[in-house]
Amino acid sequence: MQWETVIGLEVHTQLSTNTKIFSGASTTYGAEPNTQADAVSIALPGVLPVLNKGAVERAIKFGLAVGAHIAPRSVFARKNYFYPDLPKGYQISQFDLPVVGKGALTIQVEPLSGNAKSYEKVVRITRAHLEEDAGKSVHGESQGVTGVDLNRAGTPLLEIVSEPDMSSAAEAVAYAKALHSLVRWIGICDGNMQEGSFRCDVNVSVRRPGEPLGTRREIKNLNSFKFMQQAIDYEVQWQIDTIENGGKIHQATILFDADKGTTHAMRNKEEAHDYRYFPDPDLLPLDITPAMLEQVRDTLPELPQAKQSRYVNDLGLSAYDASILTASREMANFFETVLAAVPNDAKMCANWLIGEVSAQLNRNGLDITQCQITPQQLGDMLKRIADGTLSNSGAKEVFRTLWTSLEAHATASSSATADLSVDAIIEAKGLKQVSDSGAIEKIVDEIISANPAQVAEYRSGKEKVFGFFVGLAMKASKGKANPAQLNEVLKKKLAG
Amino acid sequence: MLNSSLQQLGSALRAKKISSVELTQLYLDRIASLNPALNAYITTNASTSLAQARAADALLAGSKAQPLTGIPIAQKDIFCAKGWRTTCGSKMLENFIAPYDAHVIAQFNNAGAVNLGKTNMDEFAMGSSNETSYFGAVKNPWDRNAVPGGSSGGAACAVAARLCAAATGTDTGGSIRQPAALCGISGIKPTYGTVSRYGMIAFASSLDQAGPMARSAEDLALLLNVMTGFDARDSTSLPRDKEDYARDLNKPLAGLRIGLPKEFFAEGLAQDVAGCVNAAIAEYIKLGASIVDISLPNSKLAVPVYYVLAPAEASSNLSRYDGVRYGYRAPEYSDLTEMYEKSRAQGFGAEVKRRIMIGTYVLSHGYYDAYYLQAQKIRRLIAQDFDYAFKQCDVIMGPTSPSTAFNLGEKGDDPVQMYLSDIYTIAVNLAGLPGMSIPAGFGSNGRPVGLQIIGDYFAEAKMLNVAHKYQLATDWHTRQPNGI
Repeated sequence: MQWETVIGLEVHTQLSTNTKIFSGASTTYGAEPNTQADAVSIALPGVLPVLNKGAVERAIKFGLAVGAHIAPRSVFARKNYFYPDLPKGYQISQFDLPVVGKGALTIQVEPLSGNAKSYEKVVRITRAHLEEDAGKSVHGESQGVTGVDLNRAGTPLLEIVSEPDMSSAAEAVAYAKALHSLVRWIGICDGNMQEGSFRCDVNVSVRRPGEPLGTRREIKNLNSFKFMQQAIDYEVQWQIDTIENGGKIHQATILFDADKGTTHAMRNKEEAHDYRYFPDPDLLPLDITPAMLEQVRDTLPELPQAKQSRYVNDLGLSAYDASILTASREMANFFETVLAAVPNDAKMCANWLIGEVSAQLNRNGLDITQCQITPQQLGDMLKRIADGTLSNSGAKEVFRTLWTSLEAHATASSSATADLSVDAIIEAKGLKQVSDSGAIEKIVDEIISANPAQVAEYRSGKEKVFGFFVGLAMKASKGKANPAQLNEVLKKKLAG
Repeated sequence: MLNSSLQQLGSALRAKKISSVELTQLYLDRIASLNPALNAYITTNASTSLAQARAADALLAGSKAQPLTGIPIAQKDIFCAKGWRTTCGSKMLENFIAPYDAHVIAQFNNAGAVNLGKTNMDEFAMGSSNETSYFGAVKNPWDRNAVPGGSSGGAACAVAARLCAAATGTDTGGSIRQPAALCGISGIKPTYGTVSRYGMIAFASSLDQAGPMARSAEDLALLLNVMTGFDARDSTSLPRDKEDYARDLNKPLAGLRIGLPKEFFAEGLAQDVAGCVNAAIAEYIKLGASIVDISLPNSKLAVPVYYVLAPAEASSNLSRYDGVRYGYRAPEYSDLTEMYEKSRAQGFGAEVKRRIMIGTYVLSHGYYDAYYLQAQKIRRLIAQDFDYAFKQCDVIMGPTSPSTAFNLGEKGDDPVQMYLSDIYTIAVNLAGLPGMSIPAGFGSNGRPVGLQIIGDYFAEAKMLNVAHKYQLATDWHTRQPNGI
């Protein structure tokens, strides 16, 4: 029997403002309980919400980045329910008029198994709305009572809701990753999943091809991509098994148990919650003027997709290279800084970053932001390759030397950085190539006259012998001859 | 001294004819002797008030005195005042000590005024008789069998009984104007957004507005000067330049067009109240005003619309009183749900519960469109009626309340009858307009009658001018109850 999986995501991204969405209390993570709970966070009698403009700008940024309609007027509504970590007895959210409307995100799907090829897919975004986070109930700290920590209460969230456009765990994970990368790229969320800055709720249903949508169950609060994939795989199989065994799927909110790798219902049946939404009379409608929109648009960095096509079309890079170089904004910035030193050698920059630099970072378990070598230093080095001063192998040595001395430097915190310039290393290690055409011609002439037999062989058509001459010439120059130049001179002279 | 205007009191203080400490002590002594019978105050704190008075005297000794420096003001117990118990008339907040100052309180503090105490009020400002207060009903100083009106009943009583120089109130559907009328004093509810709601305990956020209550329009102007002003902490506060509300007090009224809405003089209005209002209008004609007959056709829907919208907002605003973080918590419960249920069942009074029930109902799935949305539409129609009316006239006049003060206990069993006592005031809140009430005589039972003056948005200075000229020509506002 064939089954289709239908998946939609609701992602809560914590916006990177310093203060809460409706008050001046700090949003720093990890403070002592209730030390960041001001009068508004506690919901004292008489306090009022004042909207944080920074949260609005971030929401607009996101909307622009996914090509969405930004509502010129959106409305904050109250979602009413009682819970100890919800101090006002209502959450301020947006209901029928969200700030961000329909948009889309293009994702690159890497199938999780088999030899299937990666493919591109467009996931439609239904909406994104601003809301405040709740606090935390703390269970088990002391006997018989539940504690309430309101530090997180009022932290700004952008809830991003997708259409049910994904049909596998791989697609869901690819979408979540793309979203995660995007919100960090545009600087609206730190993306720290351990701290709950990026939380995913996944709606899953299955159906037979051609049938209407099945009943969905919502897996709540997934905070790692690995768990997301495991949870979806388990849930899909569970739903299929349930139906094939004659059971029925009931709408439910479920949790993933990472230890057992299983899902289980939080509430057996979706309780008939009536949140009694109505417009919050303490807040005016949120009006976004065209001027404000343009102001935010000006702060929007070039987006990954635009960069990728520019790298391919203008710089002549492969699509693969372009996608790796735009995996994060930091990587792209690094690349572009290096490129500034050697503007005509994009491919060389890409090769070095994807090759030598990435390999070194991987060995040390670092990411690009922790790279020992600055993009300026790498640029200086590539400039020396481009102008013929360094050979590729010489450059690798410069790179290794730079890396280890910078590492030693970082740990020993010694002084003297002058010897860490690329040129100083080339000098100290004698890595300068011989590019003097007179010197090379001299070596070549000597070799040709010393090896008449091989010259004759070459001239009779055995071009394989060419390598023999290169080897000798390199040896004679102690490996410093500029290979391109050497080839040229050799060819010319051997031709007679 | 007790009948001096705020201006006269300020002059006496600045001339050192009396000190703020002496004046404050004078009122504290009066409160000590009269409040047990009248119950106008929920909380006084003599040492705190006198400390403020001493600080005011220090300012008065220098050259930093402002118009209200050293003057004792009674604050409605709906305003959070740092270090003061702030109950909102409810058992729920019986022991709540506010850790911060409301904007209104801070404004008075900055002006050097003395906080004389916190006045009684209907629980969470829900009521028109002050009988829903957890701290007991307030008596009308004109007749202690009568209610003072509500919800700012304690404030109205305190002003009428000379238990303060002036007072603050709040008005969601008439809570400044109706008690002002029933106690024979002056009170104004300014345009919505003029006085910051920050630190004012919310009843119905889109309608709540603070304002002053005093013995004359002239005093109201000085108080408004202190209370108003933009406050970034209230998103509905209006960013407007500071204005002097006393600037037009003495302008002649020649040419003033007074609109009389026929709906305000129809069935349901007591004869004696109508008589006083008509006499007041005759006085205005003598002062040079002319009369325009107008209509507010949707005003008859104001009470039902109000009793959908105000409870809807209240049901949500009052959710924070859940026994978790502060306020009343039931002594015994077995789980979280029961803690909520018992705390709220025991902490709130009957009228508050009634409105939470109504509000929860009208916001519920399946009823929202029929009640809440429909009420919002009519609210706009009511505002449009006023827009149209103000094209024909400068101010609107009529009775503040359909009758003089009713007896304590008279309407307690009939909420609808109680709600109808605000029939002329509610539309003003729904439209966000400024409205005021000034004394205009006495009914057949000897209880005061109020004249309501409604102005266009931001027309407070004009309304105060209109009221002041009347008070120069009449002496109703100077009358005081016997036995106080």
